[in-house]
Order: sequence, then structure tokens, then C-alpha cells
Amino acid sequence: MKHIVALAQISPKLGNLSDNLNLHLHCIERARSAGANLIIFPELSLTGYILQDLVPDIAIDPLTSPVLQPLLSLCQDIACVFGFVEVSDRFNYYNAAAYAAQGKVQHIHRKLYLPTYGMFDEMRFFAMGENLRTFETAFGQMGILICEDLWHPSTAYLHAQDGAQAVITVSSSPGRGVRDGELFHTSEGWTHLLRTTAQYFTIYHIYVNRVGFEDGAHFPGGSMVVSPGGEIVAQAKYFEEDFLVTEIDLEEVRRARLFAPMLRDERLELTLRELTRIINKRNAAR
Amino acid sequence: MKLNCELIGKVLESFIRDELSKAGFSRVVVGLSGGIDSAVSCFLAVRALGPENVRAILMPYKTSSKESALDGSSVVNQLHIKCETIEITPIVDGYFASQPDANSLRRGNLMARARMIILFDKSMEYRALVLGTSNKTELLLGYGTLYGDMASAINPIGDLYKTDIFQLAQYLGVPQAIIKKKPTADLWAGQSDEAELGFTYAEVDELLYELIDNRVSREQLIQRGFKEDFLHKVIAKIQSSQFKRRGPVVCKVSPRTVTHDFHYLRDWGL
Repeated sequence: MKHIVALAQISPKLGNLSDNLNLHLHCIERARSAGANLIIFPELSLTGYILQDLVPDIAIDPLTSPVLQPLLSLCQDIACVFGFVEVSDRFNYYNAAAYAAQGKVQHIHRKLYLPTYGMFDEMRFFAMGENLRTFETAFGQMGILICEDLWHPSTAYLHAQDGAQAVITVSSSPGRGVRDGELFHTSEGWTHLLRTTAQYFTIYHIYVNRVGFEDGAHFPGGSMVVSPGGEIVAQAKYFEEDFLVTEIDLEEVRRARLFAPMLRDERLELTLRELTRIINKRNAAR
Repeated sequence: MKLNCELIGKVLESFIRDELSKAGFSRVVVGLSGGIDSAVSCFLAVRALGPENVRAILMPYKTSSKESALDGSSVVNQLHIKCETIEITPIVDGYFASQPDANSLRRGNLMARARMIILFDKSMEYRALVLGTSNKTELLLGYGTLYGDMASAINPIGDLYKTDIFQLAQYLGVPQAIIKKKPTADLWAGQSDEAELGFTYAEVDELLYELIDNRVSREQLIQRGFKEDFLHKVIAKIQSSQFKRRGPVVCKVSPRTVTHDFHYLRDWGL
């Protein structure tokens, strides 16, 4: 089955929900006219990234908030992944991404790994997500990861073992570290991880990173789709807004797994047994 | 310390455009000293905004070298930007008339601050932002005047070492005379950055890159051949100038203090 996917490489305004919502509506219309079945926005696409003390002011409950209604009502014949700040009934705030289809939020992923080092300070402002689940879509079984999540190999591994045929990773990843390379060091890192995880787990890996600046922190874009064989099938521009429309073909997943049936051969019990042993060893050492 | 100038140039240009337009501006003013840092900032601004949106200000003091003025003018001519010259001599001499014992450091600081006053005033006149010209080496060593040349609204070159600035200047086509001459703050006759600092930019940038960017330990740096006294001198400069890189210290007494726990970026809502 072939599906058309749109990658919205946008530059959200920091803390400006209404302008960002309008940008989303515009992009969704554009994706629909391009015949796309699915549109994906970057991490925290409705809010901007370095929110700090804005977090509680801009948070919404996606199941009850009227703010999302215009967006959800557009998601009838197109599905959408977007990023936002979720507030729970316990007043925890999550860096979250939602999958919406048929006019409703169908699935929410709460960021599991909150970078709190160097230029990052997420754990100060957000609570950690606790679950990693794939979900059923009209385009096969999918899983969402948010930025730092992917830098922990267990996440893509679990998604693949849980049945994902495609993993969607969204990010607001700043470009850092440039000397004489072709790209920022961080952009090269992303390409390695995306290609490796796609090939390791024989999945489509769909990646959407934002562009623009927040107080000089610079987001270089470079969104891409990687095939289950680990090849980049389409890539958006670096350093500027872009709107990439491309195709994924789930038949490619089947074929990749014929040639490389590692997923079938993966020994979950062995992994679990060894993990348990390691956890026990660590606990005993305390 | 090779730099991909094409990539950096592209990012810095979009930085200038993006940060400016978000704040509702389309123009910058930049103080041209005749040196390489302000030339590079100016070249970047012209690439980002076009020559019509960049206003250069030359602000000589009576003892400033003629070479500085000529080099500043060569940037203006090459970039086809508008420029005005405002002498700071009356401001500086007017003040020091009542301060006859002021040493050259006080005089140099006041000159840098007189230029800042003019740049910020001109930024109001032109509805422009002041473009910064401090590089990473200066910022780390504290080799600049607080509220003087360190003051700006946006600074495209503040994360680039002096060694990077030389490479970027070549790439951007800054006049060779500016690239080749010895770096100087030109606050008094014959002043030279490297003589004053006691080491060359090439030496210190190599050390700063390992120490700051790569976080190599002091022991390792000595093992790699950096002289211990040089290392300690540089670390002392970084530490003792930390105050220049932070705002004024506010005593925290309320539940939420603007300098301690009021965390919003400048790009808030933009």
C-alpha cells in the first residue's frame, strides 16, 4: 500500500499558539491539495521549543481544549502529527506529540527522555512520559518518538518489536558544532541514527525537524524519510522552511524483512533475562 | 581550526534576517572601526539585508589612526552602504576636561562607551538594531568594555573565535589591508591586542577551543604541550571577566526575581 506523506518543516513562533495554529491549518490545507494522506509537524510545533516559564501558560488538554478544534476538524480525510504541551489532570506538563485522524486525537506520545544538560533544560519544566506504545493507523502500525527519545536505542527497538512499520520522529534539534564538515555535527548525527534505526529494525523512519531561530539557537531542518533498507528516499532542505511531499510504500517493509529478517529472529526473552540480570546486579551494587 | 565558511556564512545571514524581522526591524547600524570584526559583521549584514538596510557609523577620536578611517571607508565603498562619521572627541575631551588624572584605561573605556551611546541613538533615528562586533575570543577573555563595544542588540560573530573571523573575512571578501594588519583596539597610538594580551590569537584560540568547546581537562592540555603558566593566565582571565558576560547582580527577596527565576527568551511571542 502506498501513501503520500507531507513533512512540514516549519518555524513556529515561540509561545504564540494562535499564529502557530493558523500555520498548521495552512499547511494541512496545502498537504490535502497535494493529495497527502498524512502530514507531520516537528516537536512542539504549536508552541515553539525553548518555552521555559511559558510551559504552564501554553499547555492544553488535547481531549477537551477548544483550541485544537479547527485543527481536528480539518483532519477528516487526512491524518496529522503535531507537537504541543499537554497538561494532565494532575497538573503535570508533558512535551507531547499527537496523532489525529477522523476529527479526533487518536494517540498521544509523551516525550520519555528530557535532555537536561548543556543547552537543554527540559526536566526543569516538563514531566517525563512513562509509556511507549505503537498505534494502528490507516497507513500501518506506527510509533512516535520525540527528539532525544531516539538517542536512546531502546525506544526504536521497542517500537519495532511492538509492531511498528513506520516510526515518526519529530524534533526541535538545534544545530551545533561546525568546523570543516559539510553540515553541523548534530545534523550528521541525526542522519546516522535515522538510517541505522531504519535498517536495524526494517522500518520506515520519518523524521521532521524544525527550522528558524530562538534567541540565536538555530534549528537546521533536514527532515527526511528513510526506507526500511536504510536509504534516504526523500530529504527536505537544510536551513530553510520546506514542505516535502513524498511516498511511503509498506510493501517495502515486507521486502526489507525478506532480505533481512532480524526482527523475526530477535530474542526478546534473552534481552529481558539479561536486562533483569543487569538491573539486579546494579541494585545489589548500591 | 578550519571552518566551513560557506555553511557558517549562510547560518549567520539567516540569523540576522530572522532575529531582526521577528523583532519588527529591517535595518541595522554598525560601528565600523576599520578592524576585521566590525568589517565581518558589516559584510554579513549586507548579505543578509541588502546594502540599503545597513548604516555604518565611523566614530574616530582625535588620536585614532588615519589607517583605521581609511580601512573603514574601504568597507563602506566596497559594500555601497551609507555611512556617516561622528567624531567622539568633543564628548570624550569634554568629560575628561574635569578629570585630568584619568589614565589610558579610563580614557579607552569612555571612548568605547561614547561610541555605544552614539550607536544606540542612531539605532533610534533609523529604526534599526545595533549589530554586535565582539568575537568569542574577546568575550571569553573579557577583552572588551562592558556597556561599550560589548553592547549590541544582536551579535552574529559572538560564537566565532578570532581565528574563525580571519577565515570568514577571506571568504566574504573583506579588503586584504584589513585582514593583514595587526588587530588593535586603537584606543591609543601603537596599541596591539596581541602585545597587550601577551599571546597571539592563534595560540589562545587553539587553547580556548580545547578548553571551552571540547572541555578537555587541564591536565590533558598540559600533557598536550600547552604551557602551564599560559593555561593559568588564560583561565584567570576567563574567570575574572565573568561579570562582563552577565547582567547586574540583583538581590533575591521575592518569590520570583527577574534575574533569577523568570525564564523567558527574548524571542517570547515572536
